Amino acid sequence: MSVAMQDTAIRTGRAVRVLIYLFLLLFALFYLLPLYVMLVNSVKPLSEITGGGMMALPEVWTIEPWLKAWSTAQIGVEPTGLKPYFWNSISMVVPAVAISTILGALNGYVLTKWRFRYDTILFGLMLFACFIPFQIVLIPMAAVLGFLGLAGTASGLVLVHVVYGIGFSTLYFRNYYAVFPTELVRAAQIDGASFFKIFWRILLPSSGPIAVVCIIWQFTNIWNDFLFGASFASGDGAPMTVALNNLVQSSTGVKEYNVHFAGAILAALPTLLVYIVAGRYFVRGLMAGSVKG
Amino acid sequence: MGFLDIDNTTKSYGAVEVLHKVDISVEEGKFLVLVGPSGCGKSTLLNMIAGLEDITSGEIRIKDVVMNGVHPSKRNIAMVFQSYALYPNMTVGQNITFGLEMHGTPKAEREKAMHDVAKLLQIEQLLDRKPGALSGGQRQRVAMGRALVRNPDVFLFDEPLSNLDAKLRVDMRTEIKKLHQNLGTTIVYVTHDQIEAMTLSTRIAVMNGGYVQQLGTPQEIYDTPANIFVATFMGSPAMNVVPATVRLANGRPVAEVALHDGSLAELPFSQDNLAAWEGRDILLGIRPETITDEDAADRKSSNIAHLTNRIVVTEPAGSDTFVSMTLGGKDVIARMRSDAEVRPGADFTFAVNMEKAVAFDPASKNRIVP
Ligand SMILES: Nc1ncnc2c1ncn2[C@@H]1O[C@H](COP(=O)(O)OP(=O)(O)OP(=O)(O)O)[C@@H](O)[C@H]1O
Ligand SMILES: [Mg+2]
Repeated sequence: MSVAMQDTAIRTGRAVRVLIYLFLLLFALFYLLPLYVMLVNSVKPLSEITGGGMMALPEVWTIEPWLKAWSTAQIGVEPTGLKPYFWNSISMVVPAVAISTILGALNGYVLTKWRFRYDTILFGLMLFACFIPFQIVLIPMAAVLGFLGLAGTASGLVLVHVVYGIGFSTLYFRNYYAVFPTELVRAAQIDGASFFKIFWRILLPSSGPIAVVCIIWQFTNIWNDFLFGASFASGDGAPMTVALNNLVQSSTGVKEYNVHFAGAILAALPTLLVYIVAGRYFVRGLMAGSVKG
Repeated sequence: MGFLDIDNTTKSYGAVEVLHKVDISVEEGKFLVLVGPSGCGKSTLLNMIAGLEDITSGEIRIKDVVMNGVHPSKRNIAMVFQSYALYPNMTVGQNITFGLEMHGTPKAEREKAMHDVAKLLQIEQLLDRKPGALSGGQRQRVAMGRALVRNPDVFLFDEPLSNLDAKLRVDMRTEIKKLHQNLGTTIVYVTHDQIEAMTLSTRIAVMNGGYVQQLGTPQEIYDTPANIFVATFMGSPAMNVVPATVRLANGRPVAEVALHDGSLAELPFSQDNLAAWEGRDILLGIRPETITDEDAADRKSSNIAHLTNRIVVTEPAGSDTFVSMTLGGKDVIARMRSDAEVRPGADFTFAVNMEKAVAFDPASKNRIVP
């Protein structure tokens, strides 16, 4: 290692380097600590936790808390576990992410390649959506959902997230397509490609990096959302985050911390997975959007 | 009525008019070059022919069909862009056939057309590559292939060679010329390089500030420029423009010019009608290659004038030596043979081919027409 690094511009002594690594290691440990606590406590019996052994490794290993959190824990009134709510979340997040990403891409395409009067003003207004706090839209949104007859339904929640997500996805795609050569679009027009053909055949195939960024961003936000879920979904239709809250907050009986830990990890798992799978592209996509040429 | 007619066409962006009443007509199989300095509106005009920009007023017709408002893909034109605009996600082959595919040509026919064009342009071995893996010259060929395969009525080129290095540019220039001679398709070609314009075209439109300054054959543009802008824009080094006064000598008009020391020399005109300008100031236009030494003077010319003046600087450039002197208070360049015996600071007798000289009205800057 040190031999290979002899020629780099920054020469550091061995001692300095050891120090740096030590420092990094320390920080890594510090940041990993919560994950450690959650993992360890989710695989030990409740008695070990209440006995005060928060930091210790389990004496008896068990996956019982995981199973319980997943399928039998008391959530609200029924002992269903988090399972049905997990699927609630999946079936809400997937269409919401897909629709808001596709609409964002279309918006970006129109705003950069089919310029029209006042398009920058329109874009400015859409950007505004990125900065509006959730709380402000709650009541108007409830009114709109009621008007559309979607109050309390999964489709209603999808609509809410799509509307809220379009601002960001449009921002991402518009900035990405702004540096996409317009001559390509013109060439395709001369070649006889239609509006959607140009989008589908020319722009989308080159949009991989920004699509990944957008999908990760939307997925994390929508999956982790609590406020909209708690406000617009009812009872059985609640998403994972709300169910987790109900699990932890349930006031009857003893607090099963090990089950809570397992449930929390279950709730965080999909976003974690998305980062691990697509994180590499995430950074690449962010760079592609910001650095021109 | 030509094959391509640009009839009284104007273009405005909001309140700003960038093209003013452009009138150009091209016959079938001709090679029209739009040339002019940056920002003069060449690309805008080309894009209007392609249908990528609206026409503010006037009419553009191809084969007598009005093209105003017709979609670019329905004009039967093909365009080669400055940046080549190859689709980065498609292979060379797909790039070439994309237009045919969009027009619903059957696959077998597309394949055949693709191979024919690839053979013509010698890019057969590149068909499966992505544009990212091609050199500049190869991309240029692919871009031309994509245009050729459509078999269009009119080819539009927007500065297709400006991204290439000097040598490749000359090669591709020759290739485009060959292609035009073999296929005989009508071409409109935009460039700001006057040498490209001269070598490629059968007709040149010199543009400046949104106006067509002159439309004509390369020879007409070169020998009888309509005004000082055209005269100095076309040709390298540029035409010398010298202040002079018209006098009469033996009843024939001559140009009286000041030499380096202020003494006057007389250069007889070939155009008799300039006698009408007696006593008035003009601007005399002399191309560098028409000022030579005695031995190299054009033998076919009926009007060689002689002029003894001091040499200021000599610049050997291989095949030629450029000699500069002061005439009428301006720097004037002469293009001499490389073996001409010229020394800076020495007096030298130049032979000026006055048959080729032109005179401009200093007020209007237009050429005084014989
Ligand atoms: N969208 C636009 N809005 C306003 N003015 C424009 C627009 N597009 C072009 N122009 C103006 O029109 C004029 C002609 O532009 P054009 O691109 O045709 O020039 P050009 O001759 O092709 O120059 P170059 O050799 O640099 O490519 C320029 O002065 C330019 O500023
Ligand atoms: Mg241009």
